[in-house]
Amino acid sequence: MAYEFPEGWRFRMTGWRKFFILVFLVAVGVMIYRLVYGLGAATHLNDQWPWGWWIAVDVLIGVALAGGGYSTAFLVHILHRKQFAPVARAALLTSMLGYILVLIGLFMDIGRWYNFWRPFLVYPGSWHSVLFEVFWCISLYTMVQVLEFGSIVFERVKSDWLKRVFDAMLPPLFILGVVLPTLHQSSLGSLYVVTVDRLDPLWWSIALPIFFLLSSFFVGPAMVTLEGSLAAKAYGRQMEIPVLSRLVKVGAWVMFIYLVLKLIDLGYRNQFGHLFDGSLESNLFLLEIVGGVIVPMIMFAIPSVRNSAGGLITASVLTVGGVILNRMNVVFTGMAAAMGGHYFPKWTEFMVTAGLIALAVLAYCFLVENFAILPAEEHVPAGKPSEAHTSYTVVG
Amino acid sequence: MKGVLVDITRCVGCGSCVVACKLYNNLPWSNAPHLGKDAVLTADNWTVVKEFDVSKGKESVWRFVKEQCFHCLEPACASACFAAAFRKTPEGPVIYNERVCVGCRYCMIACPFSIPKYEWQARFPRVQKCQMCFYRVKDGEMPACVSVCPAGALKFGDRDALLKEAKERIAQNPGRYVNHVYGEKEYGGTCWLYLSDVPFEQLGFRTHVSTESIPHVSERVTKWTLPVAGGWAAVLTALYLATKGSGGAEKSH
Ligand code: SF4
Ligand code: SF4
Repeated sequence: MAYEFPEGWRFRMTGWRKFFILVFLVAVGVMIYRLVYGLGAATHLNDQWPWGWWIAVDVLIGVALAGGGYSTAFLVHILHRKQFAPVARAALLTSMLGYILVLIGLFMDIGRWYNFWRPFLVYPGSWHSVLFEVFWCISLYTMVQVLEFGSIVFERVKSDWLKRVFDAMLPPLFILGVVLPTLHQSSLGSLYVVTVDRLDPLWWSIALPIFFLLSSFFVGPAMVTLEGSLAAKAYGRQMEIPVLSRLVKVGAWVMFIYLVLKLIDLGYRNQFGHLFDGSLESNLFLLEIVGGVIVPMIMFAIPSVRNSAGGLITASVLTVGGVILNRMNVVFTGMAAAMGGHYFPKWTEFMVTAGLIALAVLAYCFLVENFAILPAEEHVPAGKPSEAHTSYTVVG
Repeated sequence: MKGVLVDITRCVGCGSCVVACKLYNNLPWSNAPHLGKDAVLTADNWTVVKEFDVSKGKESVWRFVKEQCFHCLEPACASACFAAAFRKTPEGPVIYNERVCVGCRYCMIACPFSIPKYEWQARFPRVQKCQMCFYRVKDGEMPACVSVCPAGALKFGDRDALLKEAKERIAQNPGRYVNHVYGEKEYGGTCWLYLSDVPFEQLGFRTHVSTESIPHVSERVTKWTLPVAGGWAAVLTALYLATKGSGGAEKSH
């Protein structure tokens, strides 16, 4: 396998990248301010709204959208469906970056941050906490991903010995790399099981963990598609449409299962009346389900749509939007009536999120340009993915 | 297990209990009202006396409700905390240990009565709520608030005995009370029990709620964690081995 190794590490500077660096630097300032002066100074959180923007976006949405990593890993590394291999590394990279951001976001949100390590200790009874499980799984999974990524890094660093060590670790890591996300993606839903009688019954369900798990799985292909299209644009490459098209078909099936379970759940809890009562809750719920699940599911199901770049991207945008809206609805819309009070994020809250995203984009660019992440184009001509062999190039 | 019985029909709204709480627990007097219609629990107001103007039959009456932590029999706050900062003591009070608290505020989301409050302005905020004067109760004394109530609206004792007494008061005074002891069954039961002559929903209580405790509800899902983890890992290993030969080797490059 021939790699084109450039001399030394490279990072191309462009106008956009300078802008992202600026955004990130401002966010670093805001984060320092938050850590020094506390949550009251840096956020609009209050006693009615103890959880707000950072938990909703940086943690719940961040983890869900990073679901592309484990759903792709499941198909490629567990089921050995090599036809999806061309996108596996990019999916792993964005997922890993996503989780690192989630951990930083979580750190920003905890009030007594010098105690962040405490939940790693097991206190009597602390294992009953859903958050205990979430915290452990997310931390471990981030480590697993860093190790998986290590095997890619050591291709580039050319230490055969280390590369062998990493490769030997891979099979158990692959298994952990699916088990852990399965647990915490669902546990993020379990977090809201305690809000029984308070979270609007359109969203509250004892099956919340299953819904969070399934939606994090089907948003994976959509995220991989969007990342793929952005990378294609940025690096002047072809989108891997045949691979992605097959991937979103898997996603569409999971969406279908999700939809059926949702309907059964609503019916079981007699909520169909509430569904069409015209309240803000019901309208946002319908928007989420129709616009974010049913429409993209149908689009993914139609071959001519999912085989065109336009259709693929549009349906993926809808899917991602639907999952974002779902998490927002659980944290805000569904809780508003019970919590009362008022909350709208402070600019500093938005700024931290923007800074974290900027950091992710910069890190992605650096890693893709210096490590073998994206498949070598000559091996994967559009329309005919290679079945057995996937090779990777360093782009940029 | 100790508890307190609050008889809303006896409360005159003087606020002595609030003063006693502030003094005993050394809490600052902040701007948030602790008496009246706008009284609100905050990090500094562990208990407040809230006024409600309600109609009873033809007349309109004032009623005063002392609010504080209910000290649940199976507290949601304690089961939600991943650092075990909240603890249900055998004596009854649910108490907080600031040393281990991480400040994630999941306890605030989990409490079905929205009791825990946060020191938002502090650099390292604590979660704050009524501790039911744990050190007094442990020594067999009544909480500070109960000891100063001039109207006999608060009664401290064994929870079982108080529950029995509450039901007797309802039975012996036909027509005086609504036939409900709030806290007997709500979310699995609480150490603080309430009697009232006007329906509880008019007094800011959350009624028609689950009688299953919150820890019990979340246990229904968390009990699956280990079986799912083990089972899923086994299934994945089997799938991994079964499909290994297909579709090309792992290290294809
Ligand atoms: S009322 Fe809330 S804070 Fe008090 S013990 Fe129950 S769950 Fe905990
Ligand atoms: S804020 Fe503190 S007490 Fe509350 S759940 Fe988090 S760690 Fe536990």
